[in-house]
Amino acid sequence: MSSGRFIAVDGADTAAFAMKQIDPDVVAAYPITPQTEIVMKFSEYVANGEVKTRYVTVESEHSAMSACVAAAAAGARAMTATAANGLALMWEILYIAASYRLPIIMGVANRALSGPINIHGDHSDAMGARDSGWVQLYSENNQEVYDNYIMALKIAEHKDVMLPVMVNQDGFITSHSVENVEPLTDEQVRDYIGKKPAHFKGLLTYGKPVTIGPLDLQDYYFEHKMQQHTAMQKVLPVIKEVQEDYFKKFNRKYEIIEKYKADDAEMVIVGMNSVMGTVKDLVDELREKGVKIGAIKPRVFRPFPKNEIADILKNFKAVAILDRADSFGSFAPLYAETLAAMYKFEKRPYIRSYIHGLGGRDTTMELLGTVANDLIKMKDSGEGHLSEAYLGVR
Amino acid sequence: MAFLLKDLIKKQAPLASGHRMCAGCPAPVIVKQVLMSTDHPKVCTNATGCLEVATTIFPFTSWKVPWLHIAFENSAAAVSGVEAAYHGLANKGELPEDMKNAKFIAFGGDGGTYDIGIQALSGALERGHNMLYVCYDNEGYMNTGIQRSSATPIGANTTTTPVGSQSYGKREIRKDLLSIVVAHHIPYAATCAPHDWMDGMKKSQKAIETEGPAFLNYFSPCIPGWKIPADAWRKLSELAVKTCFWPLIEVENGKWSLTGESKRIADGKAEKVPAVEFMKNQGRFKHLFTQKKDDVLALIQADIDRSWDFYRKMAGY
Ligand SMILES: Cc1ncc(C[n+]2csc(CCOP(=O)(O)OP(=O)(O)O)c2C)c(N)n1
Repeated sequence: MSSGRFIAVDGADTAAFAMKQIDPDVVAAYPITPQTEIVMKFSEYVANGEVKTRYVTVESEHSAMSACVAAAAAGARAMTATAANGLALMWEILYIAASYRLPIIMGVANRALSGPINIHGDHSDAMGARDSGWVQLYSENNQEVYDNYIMALKIAEHKDVMLPVMVNQDGFITSHSVENVEPLTDEQVRDYIGKKPAHFKGLLTYGKPVTIGPLDLQDYYFEHKMQQHTAMQKVLPVIKEVQEDYFKKFNRKYEIIEKYKADDAEMVIVGMNSVMGTVKDLVDELREKGVKIGAIKPRVFRPFPKNEIADILKNFKAVAILDRADSFGSFAPLYAETLAAMYKFEKRPYIRSYIHGLGGRDTTMELLGTVANDLIKMKDSGEGHLSEAYLGVR
Repeated sequence: MAFLLKDLIKKQAPLASGHRMCAGCPAPVIVKQVLMSTDHPKVCTNATGCLEVATTIFPFTSWKVPWLHIAFENSAAAVSGVEAAYHGLANKGELPEDMKNAKFIAFGGDGGTYDIGIQALSGALERGHNMLYVCYDNEGYMNTGIQRSSATPIGANTTTTPVGSQSYGKREIRKDLLSIVVAHHIPYAATCAPHDWMDGMKKSQKAIETEGPAFLNYFSPCIPGWKIPADAWRKLSELAVKTCFWPLIEVENGKWSLTGESKRIADGKAEKVPAVEFMKNQGRFKHLFTQKKDDVLALIQADIDRSWDFYRKMAGY
């Protein structure tokens, strides 16, 4: 059962609220817009004794991630949050967190990477970390932010996974927009996340001292990387299981890839995070006019649900892929990976790449309307197939 | 408390032999002096560098205490995280019984401490974690092939300050890390030289038992880096103190004092030996003698005199 109690919060406070309910053993974080509100709010919970967390006010994101790695290696539930340059500064340690198989949870209020410096939302930060070995969840709205946080812990700590999880939401667009969120009760969260699993042990066991992070050379490194690969392979089934269990317990349904009015659609727009709210509005509008269009929203980008997305997209005539990040000199990330996933089919839909919203530029209904018009043209003529467009750039 | 060798040899060494540190490297000796100075359970973190690389080549480890290495510049941040985990778990009553009395010790080389890790060190000191940070200072980036660090003395021949027709080696003086650390107003900071193991162990014991952050800078001669024979560290450690190149200092709650031979020199009970005595048998300074770079030798002596003067004044002389 869900709690039936609503609170009006922005996405950042939603994240902080979820963190409060999780009550991690250690939080180490450093402020950066638009994540700041998460750490400020969480600091209040600490100041008022609403959590038992040991909060480490580190001097940088590099140290935030380092302290989280160390805390998790010591057997603590560790969490942090960041954005953009902060995530970039953590980059070295992100890989280490994943390779040490530490179930750290990190919120990212996605923000454009400098330069030039810009504080608004796009996905260049998270996309830059896509090969770091972290699981990446994406959140369209504040409710999804909340539920992703709670589920993230279950995914990360699952014995087949033991990997860090990044919960993404769009900087400002959701992090600073107030919405109605229906949280679980504190008791529900406590019961749901439970105690740390027995396989989650670490440095703080004296009788049997462990060495974590030794030098690993040609004779073993590759096998250890293979184990990381194998763990990633197990993530999607675990997410599925966690989502189903969450639905059973709290009546909230999530899927790895959300399909919106797609069953009988000829065309779809694919994208992640907040833009999909606007896309759904557009779909509603066009559906009233009889246009057979739908929306597809991957909620997980790492591991990339390649078979799931390919199997969903194969039946449409035309597909538009929205990426809120560029990959200079190559294909945009979601587009590139979708193309690769589709290659297994002989008959593939027409497909086109749209890079949108860099530096927090609004992706409006009007702009998305032009995408829909392109799709309508492309579905019969193939015009624009495999081309790359930049939405709304002057 | 005095330490008796007959008691110490009965204790299990925290670092097993068989590791791959160079023959004659004092860094493992330093680790033992620090860790064997108290019987607390201890958790160690280690910056990337010789000590980390040579004591833990998977699937082997020399460490008989829980040990974590993450990266080069973050041993202090790592120890903060372990200490935070200790408190976070204790808040929830989840701390393992045998860890109740645990102490947290970070190791780093001079590169990982003076240079790339100084931000993390400063942050951890300022936050007041209950931890000890130990820098083993071999005066260069040795693991990567003897590059200069900000702890390398003037005139030293390193692979990034090579001697050449236009170069006599490193041109800059050493960074005064101790003063930087002391400026954080932490309760305990000291320098140690491993030949004076009693001084080092007493300081280690105090540092570990201090509530709050403590710091030790341990002198650590490097066999290949300084181009010295494998049996040279003890003598060079002693000479470094006798020449006041490496004074033995203790700063307790802001109060500076000199210890061991350094105190005797300051008290006028022992002679301050000229710096060339320390330098003349080290390959890294050889060019200064063969090329008769008396001006550079004078610079080094002047730097030692200046810093010795400063430390003496700080210690109330
Ligand atoms: C971010 C980063 N930069 C550079 C290196 C390469 N590196 C590894 S150890 C090291 C030098 C270590 O020097 P020091 O801390 O003095 O310890 P030592 O090896 O002398 O014991 C360097 C430069 C690294 N591992 N990580």
